[in-house]
Amino acid sequence: MRIVVASGKGGTGKTLVAVSLALMAGEMGDCALLDADVEAPNAALFLKPAFDERVIVERLVPVVDASRCDHCGRCAEVCQYHALAVVPGKVLVFKELCHGCGSCALECPTQAIREVPQPIGLVESGRAGSIVFAQGTLDIGEAMATPVIRALKRHAARARWDRARFMILDAPPGTACPVIESLRGADVALLVTEPTPFGLHDLKLAVEVARDVLRLPVGVVINKDGADDPGVDEYCRAARLPVLFRIPLRRDIAAAYAVGTPLVQAFAEYRQPFLALLDNLGKLAQRRPA
Amino acid sequence: MRQLVVLSGKGGTGKTTVAAALAHLAAQEGPIVIADADVDAPNLGLLLQPEIVEQVPFFGGKKASINAELCTACGRCEEVCRYAAVAQRDGTFCIDSTACEGCASCFYQCPAQAIEMRECQSGEWFRSKTRFGPFLHARLIPGEENSGKLVSVLRQQALLEAHESEADWIIVDGAPGIGCPVIAAVTGVDLALLVSEPTVSGLHDLERALQVAEHFRVPATVCLNKSDLSPKLAEEILAFCARRHVPVLAQLLYDEVVPKAMRRGCAVTELGENAVAEEIKLLWLALCDHVKAR
Repeated sequence: MRIVVASGKGGTGKTLVAVSLALMAGEMGDCALLDADVEAPNAALFLKPAFDERVIVERLVPVVDASRCDHCGRCAEVCQYHALAVVPGKVLVFKELCHGCGSCALECPTQAIREVPQPIGLVESGRAGSIVFAQGTLDIGEAMATPVIRALKRHAARARWDRARFMILDAPPGTACPVIESLRGADVALLVTEPTPFGLHDLKLAVEVARDVLRLPVGVVINKDGADDPGVDEYCRAARLPVLFRIPLRRDIAAAYAVGTPLVQAFAEYRQPFLALLDNLGKLAQRRPA
Repeated sequence: MRQLVVLSGKGGTGKTTVAAALAHLAAQEGPIVIADADVDAPNLGLLLQPEIVEQVPFFGGKKASINAELCTACGRCEEVCRYAAVAQRDGTFCIDSTACEGCASCFYQCPAQAIEMRECQSGEWFRSKTRFGPFLHARLIPGEENSGKLVSVLRQQALLEAHESEADWIIVDGAPGIGCPVIAAVTGVDLALLVSEPTVSGLHDLERALQVAEHFRVPATVCLNKSDLSPKLAEEILAFCARRHVPVLAQLLYDEVVPKAMRRGCAVTELGENAVAEEIKLLWLALCDHVKAR
């Protein structure tokens, strides 16, 4: 079962939930955890894994062979991202705008364009206790997170982690393309929210992505629960979203999180609820809409 | 006119709470313009209660679609697509628009000219009035890309607005992370305020956000939020900032007044006297001094 933990709003507790869910899943059977929040990967701070493999993620960018180029301008014409500009006697390449689609190289009538790999991030993998773990990290100054997430998922597929009994993916916040890439191929999406107006607003957006665009079964976790704010509960009832788990707003929970202790290790009473959560996610995954 | 961006790396550290309070304080001293650059999950509007004056669709780019009548099912589009956006269903080819990045490689390569590139709306942006001044904000259609481009549009509009109203400040509420919307929000501003929290994640992501600011040569300052959550991590963050010569301009205590302000839909500084508001007032003075000193 492939579970993706996502949220819309940042800081609601995705990593808190993903880490403890993975630790409990690892006790039940084989489990892989992928940290796909490549802009701010944090799961390793809690799991302290031993990495035994590091792969540099690259994307392809064009290089123009000046001796072959006749400055016809075709490359700049076909590039949708304005990553190439032809000026008298020269072709300028703006690497940071390039999406690595390869269209310029395919279209160049004199075969003057060659694509060369450019590092944009890192995929690291290894073990943390009984679970296998991998994370992606986007390089500073690089704009595009999606290729690193794609590389992370490819890495997991190659290692056959997607056939593990549980594969849990910790997604980035937001609702844009990196979130879509993280959710793609999931059996079930677990959305973590908090009972505040911000949490509610962004939960609705996350539901639009996971349920309405990608047609995934969706379950909700309410973290920092207990405030006098019924908004999230009312919305979940009206939208027929099952609230699978609640974590109370407690100072000792926040303090354990602060120093990097996984919830189920700091508080043994949370082991059972996380096992039940796994079970319920399994049932939810069966109800995948057509 | 100065531009300030509020960033954090990690989500949920209090960017929007701080940005709204700073906007409130800045607006008492002179005209300002505000922009919400977290177009994926925009929350600043929940505190500013904008009255929309202008609403403009945003077209981030084109997407491919296949005309089934012209398609000969040769498979060339699938071959050249690097985003796995071409799928074959019962022998016919179609485009998964959530995967298509609009590169048009298939459009140019299709021997039957069966592919069309269609302009695609990926969101909309708004010019609004608020009690603190003009507000530029946007909504990205969930699942769309080009959030960086949309942020750039907001920044341009905010600049125009600021010139027109002779504003002293543009205050930009940024997105979490370090990728395209953050880069679009940080480039060319005068000062970044990084809001952090004393957790292992807060420290880790603060370092990444700081690296982004340094990469784009934007001077950075720090506000440590919920600073009483963990004395150990608070100390580590202060030590980190000292090592990196980044001034910590404020330390805010965890306070129920913050969610209360959220529920009221106002800035925390508008809720009468409270400890968080008092500290943010000092933060605002420190930011002004910091900018003047540069």
